[in-house]
Amino acid sequence: MSTVRTARRWLGDHLVLGLGILVLVYTFVPIAVVVLMSFNDSSKSRNVYKFQKFTLDHWLHPGGWADGMGDSVILSLEIAAAATLVATVLGTLAAFALVRHRFAGRSAANVIIFLPMASPEIVMGSSLLSLFVASGFGGQLGFWTILIAHVMFCLSFVIVTVKARLSGLNDNLEQAAMDLYATEAQTFWRVTLPLVLPGIVGAALLSFSLSFDDFIITNLNAGQSVTFPMFVYGANQRGVPMEVNVIGTAMFVISILVVLGNELNRRRQEKALTL
Amino acid sequence: MATVDDVATGGPPEHRPRRNLTGYWLILPGALWLLLFFVIPFYSLLAASLFDPDGSVLTGYDVTFHVQNFGNAFWDYKEQIGRSLLYAALATATCLVLGYVLAYAIAFKAGRWKNLMLVLVIAPFFTSFLLRTLSWKLILADDGWVVDVAQAIHLTDALQLVNLADGDRLLATPFAVIAGLTYNFLPFMVLPLYASLEKVDVRLIEAAGDLYASPARGFLKVTLPLSMPGVVAGTLLTFIPATGDYVNDQLLGNTNTRMVGASIQSLFTKENDYATAGALSVILMVIIVAAVMVYVRKAGTEELV
Repeated sequence: MSTVRTARRWLGDHLVLGLGILVLVYTFVPIAVVVLMSFNDSSKSRNVYKFQKFTLDHWLHPGGWADGMGDSVILSLEIAAAATLVATVLGTLAAFALVRHRFAGRSAANVIIFLPMASPEIVMGSSLLSLFVASGFGGQLGFWTILIAHVMFCLSFVIVTVKARLSGLNDNLEQAAMDLYATEAQTFWRVTLPLVLPGIVGAALLSFSLSFDDFIITNLNAGQSVTFPMFVYGANQRGVPMEVNVIGTAMFVISILVVLGNELNRRRQEKALTL
Repeated sequence: MATVDDVATGGPPEHRPRRNLTGYWLILPGALWLLLFFVIPFYSLLAASLFDPDGSVLTGYDVTFHVQNFGNAFWDYKEQIGRSLLYAALATATCLVLGYVLAYAIAFKAGRWKNLMLVLVIAPFFTSFLLRTLSWKLILADDGWVVDVAQAIHLTDALQLVNLADGDRLLATPFAVIAGLTYNFLPFMVLPLYASLEKVDVRLIEAAGDLYASPARGFLKVTLPLSMPGVVAGTLLTFIPATGDYVNDQLLGNTNTRMVGASIQSLFTKENDYATAGALSVILMVIIVAAVMVYVRKAGTEELV
């Protein structure tokens, strides 16, 4: 009887794990397709989105990329970098305020920070467009309006991420620094900031991917500018050039490397602290 | 020396938050940004929804409290609104099933692979959302083997019965749109589910077993109720963005799968009909807020924010 039970338990344990892994595999199927298609030579018939012949051309000759794609990638990178910088700085300051300080309106602030993450993009995007048009900027949609929008939706994610790291921190080390006569500024720069840094880097990385990838809000507020997601969306109507998959693959590989680096750094730091 | 605040918030006693003006200065820039570009725009949207529809971007609009805009927008786009809610609900339900299995496996069965699996859950976000959606176009294509298998096991016939597909196709059907939504929003379901499953005390599940509850009964009476906050948060984070999405229906659907987001987008940017677009956007927001309130009350959790 006990063997039957152990067999059943083994099956129970591994069945759920196996099903979970299957779900994970399913989430990676489209990514495998993106990587595969980045090596696809589709020069014969552009409108067929199908693997035809292996080629390294798209990777080796960026000069042969479809018209406008390079520019759209550069615009997206510029916006993502600027939005990440602004959102990370403002968001980190706000996270410090929310965790380390008590002030009136704190819970109202928490609600306003939560709401952008729970609102449909189409509503946020159309509201922002209404504001721009109503205040006379309807004709100047472009880089700056996209940037404003991206900082807006990245902010909440930065605040939540940094807040999580900051509130998981106990202040023993900071107390120790102060006991050893470090000034408040020295304590902040040499103890607090390095401890919170993995959270800040994580938040910046998240902002960068959110901004680089955003389509719905951007499409409403971009005017004549074309970001990379907008280029892909537009290309869908004409037949997708395979080069877009090079960007998708490169993004994926770079992000994974940065995440791994950040994680290793965090582990090394934690190991050093527990010694 | 714990302050009243610490006791009230249950915060760690070793850390005493400071109460001075610095807090205001630190949060001011971020709060101002959200106020200017998130809160105030809702007012602009509401104003736009009350525009006199005879105006145009060039001549300017008059806010004439043209309440008829709402009636007209709702009547003209009721199909798209209904479709958005239906597709989002079906996608959310599928996400809940798939996401629960994955979150449960990570929380209780993954052992030392837990962190790796968590990273893998968010890893798909690292490639473009549009490119991943385009990939589904290839996977579900008419001459692909996925369609062949679906036909062989009569999946296409079954989908046809419930009106989610037409003919022997998978691509350009409601099924493809719902599958795309499910795929794209799955991580938003898994993460909150995992967060609340991880907090479940395993001893409670073992206790249920010791008291002769079958594993299924233990799950239904102990694990599931304890994970409800995650279920509620996950369904909201999936349902809300899915309702407003239009990328999936534009890339994977056909003209009969149009969702309300696509209508709002084209009213704003192609037809320049700000009055109807604004009204439609406000209607969508009101429906979502109402649905969320009813749902949260039924599910009985208030620990969301």
